[in-house]
Parts: sequence; structure tokens; C-alpha cells
Amino acid sequence: MSGTGVTSGIGKLVLRRLLFAVPVLLVVSFGLFVLAKASPFNPVERYFGVRIIGADPERVAQIRENWGVDKPVVEQYTAWLGHAVTGDFGDSLSLQQPVAQVIGDRLGWSMLLLAVSFGLALLLGLALGTLAAWRQGGWLDRAITSGSYVLEAAPVFWLGLGALFIFAQQLQWLPGGGLTDADQALDLGQLVRHLVLPAAVLAISQAPWFALFVRQNLLESLTQDYVTGARARGLPDRTVVLRHALRTSLLPFITLLGARLPELISGALLVETVFSWPGIAKATVDAALNVDFALLGGLTLLATAAVLLGNLIADVLYALADPRVGFDG
Amino acid sequence: MVDTTWRRVARSRIAVAAAPGSPRVRLLSSAVILGVIVLAVIVVPAVVNLNQQFVDLAAANRPPSLAHPFGTDELGRDVLLRCIYGLRVSLMVGIVAAVVSTVLGTLVGVLAGAAGGWVDRLLMRAVDTVASVPHLLLGVVIVAVLGPSLTSVVISISLTHWLSSARIVRSEILSLRGRPFVDAAIAGGSSRLRVMGRHLLPNVAPQVLLATTLMIPHAVWHETALSFLGLGMPPHMASIGNMINDAQRSLLTGGWWMSLAPGLMLVVATLAISGLSGVWRDRLNPRRRSELSW
Repeated sequence: MSGTGVTSGIGKLVLRRLLFAVPVLLVVSFGLFVLAKASPFNPVERYFGVRIIGADPERVAQIRENWGVDKPVVEQYTAWLGHAVTGDFGDSLSLQQPVAQVIGDRLGWSMLLLAVSFGLALLLGLALGTLAAWRQGGWLDRAITSGSYVLEAAPVFWLGLGALFIFAQQLQWLPGGGLTDADQALDLGQLVRHLVLPAAVLAISQAPWFALFVRQNLLESLTQDYVTGARARGLPDRTVVLRHALRTSLLPFITLLGARLPELISGALLVETVFSWPGIAKATVDAALNVDFALLGGLTLLATAAVLLGNLIADVLYALADPRVGFDG
Repeated sequence: MVDTTWRRVARSRIAVAAAPGSPRVRLLSSAVILGVIVLAVIVVPAVVNLNQQFVDLAAANRPPSLAHPFGTDELGRDVLLRCIYGLRVSLMVGIVAAVVSTVLGTLVGVLAGAAGGWVDRLLMRAVDTVASVPHLLLGVVIVAVLGPSLTSVVISISLTHWLSSARIVRSEILSLRGRPFVDAAIAGGSSRLRVMGRHLLPNVAPQVLLATTLMIPHAVWHETALSFLGLGMPPHMASIGNMINDAQRSLLTGGWWMSLAPGLMLVVATLAISGLSGVWRDRLNPRRRSELSW
């Protein structure tokens, strides 16, 4: 395929994925909207809190009118949508700030944590999976596989608390949470020191799945004829495993990276909570506890968009990596 | 130079090894562990009554000892006893939610697979759409709508975990639809409902049961995660997630056993469940041996 063919093919792929993403986001946002409406909690009463008892009924009625809570759901939704496309997701009831600002303040930190731990998990998974498959049946393989199963079964927040206890509380090697030490300005050294534990815990909880997947695929590749052929040509073991078998077994791995994103986001929510990382997790939990649907909806939509984007990137990478893959599949 | 890996691969073309240990060992160990857990979870609460509001500050924060194998918590309650009660709650929620979500998924899967056409496309698009929302976040939204309680946790898990069984059942139905015995039944004048009830459903039943057991650990994790975030079980109730959440404070004063014990119980229980269903899955689909859905 010529260079321009690839580019236009990818363009079409991206376009098709985006066309799928729009209805998904619309349906998800409408679903969230209906859920919020179905909630027994009354937003106006929440806004007033206990003050509703002595509140002027006219003022309550005025706010009901202003907020449009008595209009049909579809009408309210289209009004919300009209604002949403301009980046205005309403105001958070619990934090008394615009939703866009609440998310904007926290998103960067969450993305940083996600990116670092995703990279780490990937490297760990690749290395351990390759080692396990290479030494199939040996003690190394058994140790890696059993360790992976145990880690897969352990809740990530439990691992986080364990790491917190050992490295922050007992050994005092690393800080136990937050972004900086008390009364310290934010600089790179502080940031790295505080990032190590949460990122490592999230990576270690995600890596087993990658490792088991790489091991499984590599083992299947090792039985293929071209691997036998490479061995018959007398290539060293290292070359055969790394250059021949691993390369082909990595292809399905790429698509799975996108599919793993929801799990990663769920894990990040829990890890951020354990280490009081200033990302979106705390805002999410507070929004849920305070029945703050504007914020909760904004966060959920954002995560959904992130997942869709991750899938798109994985598809593009896959198409780039494997010339056999058509762009219309 | 012929190294050992190559020799091993050459000896068996099917190099896809199962999980560590032979299936028999895995089956036996998982069954024994699960048996002990189930017995403990059923018998202990019947014999020893746990007062959820019990407070004995004189016995608080004791490290593990003979009298309290997992120590006591910050209110002087025995951690082991609370773990067993907590595991009972978590397992019950997990099992109920796994059954509900699989039933939901099976309904969608059967409808999509049997109806085909635009119904199928619509339903599968719905599955893709729900799959794009991180499930913990969606679960949090559902709990926020309904307010934290046992019922809303079960609903939250059920509404987020039906996707995999819907996909499995749909593909099973699609592959069954083309089989000769289905054609024969239709040619013999069976109604749609009869084909469905007599020929399709009984054939997907084993897969559905398997999907249910494989779902239990996921449902339990989801419950503990919600409880840990403070959005799950009522705070006074002993559940694994609540216990780990409560134990956070004691961790800073050195009370490691309060968080270690419930997590350990959960790991052992879920490993036993998934080990058992893993062996079962390998028997059911010997050609699709995979370790990922463990």
C-alpha cells in the first residue's frame, strides 16, 4: 500500500470511529440525565439544604423556574446539550464552581498518574510475560504466573494500603500521599517522590493481566512454523524469541491496550483515593455522596470520551503496525 | 545448540500450558479452600453472634494473638470474626449480583442472537456503549442515584456487569442457529418459542452457568470497591470493603492486621472461586483455553 493510501485509510478509520463516538456520547449523556431525573433527590432542596424550612416559597419557586426542573426531561436535556457543546457543563452543587473548572483543575494530575502507571504496567507486563513464556514450565514461569493470579485477585486499594504501610509508614522512604510535603512548594523532585507509590501500585495491579496475555500469545507464537523455521536456520534463542515470536504476538496486544483503559480508570479512582492524589477521584466520590449530578455527569462523560479516544488510538496503531489489516474492518 | 524451551515446544505442539499445577491439583485445592470458606461463612455466624455495635475499648487494637488470630480492631472487636461476617455479606452480594447480571445479559444475548437484523445491531451497539463507560464510575453514578444501600449496590453491579454474558450468549446462539438440529426442528414445524426453549436455551445453559461463576469474583471486587469509597454497604455493617475502609485510620498508628486480614480473606476466596470455575471452563471449552478470564 502506498503512503497516501495508508493516510487516507487511517483518515477514514478515524472518521468512522468519531461517527460512532458521537451517538455513544449522546446516549451516555442522555442516560445519565434520565438517571439524575429518576433520582429521588430534589436538586432545589439540596441547594437550600436545611434552609429550605424557613425559605421564602416564592424564592424556591423562582429557583425552580430558573433551573427549569419542572420542564420535560427532553427539553431540559437539549438545553443542557446546547451549553455542553460550548464547554459549559453547568455548576457543581457541592463545590459551588463550574463543572468545567472543577475538572480542569484536577484532570492534569489524573492524566499524569494514568500515563505513568500505564507505561509502567506495559513494560512490566511485557518483560514478565516474555520471561514466563521463554522459561515455560520452569520455576520463573511458575512464580510469574502464580504471582499474577494472586495480584489479579487482590483489590488495588488493598495493595495501595499495604504499600502505604510498608514504604511510607514503616520504612519512611516515600511520602504517603498528597502532591507535596507540608509547607513545600511544588517542584519536580517533590512531584516525583509523591508519584512513585501511587503509580507503582496502579501499575503493579494492572501488569499481571498484560503479563498473562503476553505469555499466552507468545506461547502460541512459539509453536508456529516460522518460529520452527527460524530455529532450524540456527538463529540464537534470543533472536528467535524476541525478534520473531514476540513481534507477531504483540499485534493483538495493541488492540487490548484500548480495551484495558476502562479498568485502568477504575483502578486510578481507587488508588487516588488511597494516596489522596489531587485528581478527579475525590471530586467523583464527593459528587456521588452529595448527589451532585452536574459534576458526576461531567466526569462520567469525560471518562467515556477518554475510553473512546483510547480505542481509536489503539485501532490506528494496530492498522499502522500490521499492513495486512484493512482500514475498513 | 538446542535449548530446553525448544525441546519442550517440539515435544508438544500444544504449548499453551494451563495455570500452574495440574488441573487435578487446582481443582482439589480450590474445592477444599472454598469448602472451608463456605462452611465457615455459614456455620460461624450461626454459632457466634456478632454484635455489630459491640465496643470493648479495653481490648482495642490488639495485635494477632492466640485469642484473636487476626487481632482486634480500634473498637475491640475480633477481626477474624468480623472478616467471616464480612466475607459472608460480600459473597452474598457477589452471588446475587452475578446471577442478576448474567440473567440480564442472557436475555439481551438471546434476543440479539435469535432476532438478528436491526434488533441485534441495536442491542450490540448498546453493549458497546455501556462498555465505553468505566464500570466503577457508572456504578458510582447508579449508587448516587439510588442512595448507598445493599440493594443499590446489587443493582449497581448488575447494571454494569451484564455485558460479557450478553456477548457470550449471543455468539453461542449465533453458532447454534446454523446447526442441523435447529433446521430440523424448524422443518418439523416447531414454533419460534419452542425452538428457543427446547433447542437453543438448553445448549447455552452450561456457558451461562459458567459465566455466572466467573462473574462472582468481579461482582465481589466491585462491591468492596464501592464500600471502600464509602458508597457501598451501610457503614456499621461488616463487609470486606467497609472493614478495609475503616482500617485505613488504624494503619497510620501501626494496626496493619486490620487491613491485611480482610484483604487476604478476599484474595483467598476469589482465587478459590476462579480456580474452580477455571477448571470447569477448560473442561467445557478445551480448545479455548485461556488464562485471561481467570
